[in-house]
Amino acid sequence: MAAATPTPAQAAAQAAAQPAIVLIGHGMVGQRYLEALAEVGATATHRITVLCEEPRPAYDRVRLTSYFSGSTPEDLSMTPAGFMAEHGISLHLDDPAETIDRDARTVTSRSGQVFPYDVLVLATGSYPFVPPVPGKDAPGCFVYRTIEDLLAIEEYAKTRTTGAVVGGGLLGLEAAGALKGLGLTTRVVEFAPRLMPVQVDEGGGAALLRTIENMGLTVHTGVGTQEVLTGEDGAVSGMKLSDGSTVDTDLVVFSAGVRPRDQLARDSGLTVGERGGIAVDAHCRTSDPHVYAIGECALATDGRVYGLVAPGYEMAETAAADLLGREKEFTGADLSTKLKLLGVDVASFGDAHGATAGSLDVVYSDSRSGVYKKVVVSAEGVLLGGVLVGDADSYGLLRPLTGSVPPVTPEQLVLPAGAGAPVALGPSSLPDSAVICSCHNVTKKTITAHTTVPEVKKCTKAGTGCGSCLKVIGQLMPPAADKGLCDCFAFTRAELYEIVRTLRVTSYERLLDSHGREEARGSEGCEVCKPTVGSIIASLAPTLGASGYVLDGEQAALQDTNDHFLANMQRNGSYSVVPRIPGGEITPDKLIVIGEVARDFGLYTKITGGQRIDLFGAAIDELPRIWARLVDAGFESGHAYGKALRTVKSCVGQTWCRYGVQDSVRMAIDLELRYRGLRAPHKLKSAVSGCARECAEAQSKDFGIIATASGWNLYVGGNGGATPRHADLLAQDLSDAELVRLIDRFLMFYIRTADRLERTSTWLDRLEGGLEHLRDVVVHDSLGLCAELESMMADHVAHYRDEWAETLEDPERLRRFVSFVNAPGAPDPSVQFVPERGQIKPDLTVLTLEPLGGTR
Amino acid sequence: MTVELQVDEGWLTVCELSALIPGRGVAALLPDGSQAAVFVDRAGRPYAIGNRDPFTGAQVLSRGLIGSAAGRLFVASPLLKQRFDLESGHCLDDEEVAVRTYPVRTAATSV
Ligand code: SRM
Ligand SMILES: Cc1cc2nc3c(=O)[nH]c(=O)nc-3n(C[C@H](O)[C@H](O)[C@H](O)COP(=O)(O)OP(=O)(O)OC[C@H]3O[C@@H](n4cnc5c(N)ncnc54)[C@H](O)[C@@H]3O)c2cc1C
Ligand code: SF4
Ligand code: FES
Repeated sequence: MAAATPTPAQAAAQAAAQPAIVLIGHGMVGQRYLEALAEVGATATHRITVLCEEPRPAYDRVRLTSYFSGSTPEDLSMTPAGFMAEHGISLHLDDPAETIDRDARTVTSRSGQVFPYDVLVLATGSYPFVPPVPGKDAPGCFVYRTIEDLLAIEEYAKTRTTGAVVGGGLLGLEAAGALKGLGLTTRVVEFAPRLMPVQVDEGGGAALLRTIENMGLTVHTGVGTQEVLTGEDGAVSGMKLSDGSTVDTDLVVFSAGVRPRDQLARDSGLTVGERGGIAVDAHCRTSDPHVYAIGECALATDGRVYGLVAPGYEMAETAAADLLGREKEFTGADLSTKLKLLGVDVASFGDAHGATAGSLDVVYSDSRSGVYKKVVVSAEGVLLGGVLVGDADSYGLLRPLTGSVPPVTPEQLVLPAGAGAPVALGPSSLPDSAVICSCHNVTKKTITAHTTVPEVKKCTKAGTGCGSCLKVIGQLMPPAADKGLCDCFAFTRAELYEIVRTLRVTSYERLLDSHGREEARGSEGCEVCKPTVGSIIASLAPTLGASGYVLDGEQAALQDTNDHFLANMQRNGSYSVVPRIPGGEITPDKLIVIGEVARDFGLYTKITGGQRIDLFGAAIDELPRIWARLVDAGFESGHAYGKALRTVKSCVGQTWCRYGVQDSVRMAIDLELRYRGLRAPHKLKSAVSGCARECAEAQSKDFGIIATASGWNLYVGGNGGATPRHADLLAQDLSDAELVRLIDRFLMFYIRTADRLERTSTWLDRLEGGLEHLRDVVVHDSLGLCAELESMMADHVAHYRDEWAETLEDPERLRRFVSFVNAPGAPDPSVQFVPERGQIKPDLTVLTLEPLGGTR
Repeated sequence: MTVELQVDEGWLTVCELSALIPGRGVAALLPDGSQAAVFVDRAGRPYAIGNRDPFTGAQVLSRGLIGSAAGRLFVASPLLKQRFDLESGHCLDDEEVAVRTYPVRTAATSV
């Protein structure tokens, strides 16, 4: 069984021979650098050590404030679980670098360890600047930069009532919002004559000020902080301002700008800028070619230190590319920003302050609604920049237009929609050279070479940074003139469903050769239409009288690999096994069988989020033997691998729970058994709750049921996952029979009309007429379809057979469950496991013995 | 008919042609311990490439779905769905990545 795993000594020797990279600072940019190394395959060829000052790995500093609205430090983490182990990176938390010896090429950390390097990367970020006022170190003074800062502020604020923020810039306003959220009466003290002096102009600052004051914050502009006053206990009690006044406050947060953390670089003799920042060239190399600096600590060739994350990411990518000798440069970036501050949209771009000689402003200001918009144009009408406060919808369009003469008058650029002449301004009017995505510097021309948003994201990265350009990218995509499923079919999935149903085509090849695009007829088809058509045929098989067995004949070649082996493939090529546990109810005897099977085959077991048990780590060859035991004990396939019904979760309900008003467990089991095996455009999930407390989370399901005193309420179109959606109430107080009938109709109508991989939630949002239309069709039978939908579901129920039981009965079907066609019985040596927490996990080092990225 | 793969100058018999479902693959264990993914198209023509998915290191390409794009056959990795040209081994989604290919033929079954 043993693969060609190197002995520990060999591995150590191999590792020692690899060049060493030491990264100092594991912040946002440091982590992006590690990912960029992994992307180019450099993690396999280098030994990488990371020194991290903070007690936790990199997290999303940009979203720091969301900690106060419920995000946990774990939610903010930017380091995928297992990332370091997978790439063999050794991360030293809570152990900052203290000295660099550039002659010896070593770094010494606080714990005294010495790390030799071939390449050193500084990503030390910035520190908050605290003005040197008396009292600045008193208990009650804070800065706002790390999770630890927030934890300390939160703890201190528990017993206090007032707070003040020094600094009315971007971060200061964010901190003020946070203090207010902690229940403190909050004031902001800004030295400049307006809020956000860097980003917005006077008018914008005034609009912002009004809105923020309306929220109950006190703002002082044009005054400095002279002293932090302390009480008898030595803790903060107030502040003395430059206009001579004093204000009471229990807590002070300094947010008066940041400074690059370049001390380490200074001490080791690297060149730093006059006003700070480690000087780098266009490849992010410092004055020592073995040392790079990236992110907020670096001084770019344009003489700027960038305090935003997007330029930092670009530097990280540049430094990683340079390591492999690939051409990429960083010479500066756009400082345009769009933010939501305390719920107010604020954007600024280009020459927001009209600093260009001879420039002219066009301003729209409405203090009632707190909207302020300004564009700056040159005498020739070229758009130079602008400020948007309160309504920044047009940011995505205006920023790329910067540098060109807009196709409409400047007035039309700032007037709200509906006021004055209609604005004939859309993304189509942008010049080809307009930069649409500033995070990744992607032009309109590059974007319009693609035809779908996912493709744009994948090929150009546009839209994968801050996301503010996505709306415009969407508008730039062709209006899907071709609604076809893929390059093989010009029909949509719903149209193909009708073709298969009415013409009774039950073969993919026949469908492709008769209804495919001209150029695709006779071809192999593709990975998009094969599973789609396979699923349509499987959904319709009971009605058309075709074999519903997914692995027969041609059907076998259509399904995704998971359907092909009736199990879910895992990252090392092994499989998981999920037996159905209807409603989440299971007898002790059956639990014991699962335990025994898992133990005997050495499988990792985990309770899933779907109220059942997943057994991981089975080799292909083992699947039939595992399932033989499970089927024998009365289990059947849970279809975790299929676009089919997954689970119907239940709460314990009336039988045990003091609040329950119906038997939710029985209903969940009945529904799960009724719809098991039903193939659909996407997976289907359901849940039944015994009362309105909703312990089964039915409103997040494709169809969810909540018990009422007189029956059941049916909700449809719910979704968890990436884009959660609350389900809509379709009908109320249904009897058991009415409920089942309505779900039958709903599911069959969805299967008939949805697109491929479209959950009921997106389908319902797309459906013309929405919920009302759905209700007309499935409740009031407005299309006269209901009898047919019900009879199709009856066919499904009548023809359901357990796929695993059927497979086990047929030696022909079992033949595919081997690792090697020429060596049946031989296990795959690349599927190896190592122990973790008393169970197994995939041994990924076996998979990376050869470098990833392939042979060339 | 059998499917044969060229390894080190010689031809290795992998399996009966009938063991292959058009559009689907199988994995073969080679004498040096490496693995090949073997496919056959609608017309009965065989293809063979390395079984290792270079993006994850897992030996799984034989378990992907095959399709055609611009007349060229490819297999889509079952893990992260990158496509590989069955004739050249080139990845269609990342031009810097490729898998190896093997000469492959069908031969009359030797008795
Ligand atoms: C095992 C499990 C996680 C766990 O350890 O708990 C799981 C595991 C997977 N989920 Fe899940 N999901 C599991 C519950 C959920 C839930 C919770 C639930 O069902 O109540 C959700 C959110 C609810 C929802 O779907 O609306 C969930 C939302 C997703 C999504 C996002 C779907 C969406 O509409 O955004 C995907 C991706 C997809 O389907 O395209 C996904 C995909 C997957 C896949 C199939 C990813 C893949 O292709 O390899 C995982 C493979 C499982 C395997 O190999 O066995 N899983 N997944 C859970 C299995 C439940 C079960 O018993 O069948
Ligand atoms: C509240 C807040 C909101 C923000 N909002 C936005 C926004 O909306 N948009 C935007 O673009 N940017 C925003 N930023 C700025 C953004 O977070 C930074 O640009 C980004 O984090 C810079 O990344 P970095 O890796 O260079 O520095 P950091 O993320 O600060 O990471 C540097 C790391 O290096 C560590 N370090 C320093 N010295 C050493 C040493 N000697 N040894 C070991 N480790 C060391 C530090 O402890 C730190 O963990 C915001 C910042 C804050 C604080
Ligand atoms: S949903 Fe209602 S009946 Fe069900 S467990 Fe929760 S409280 Fe009890
Ligand atoms: S502008 Fe930020 S992702 Fe495009």
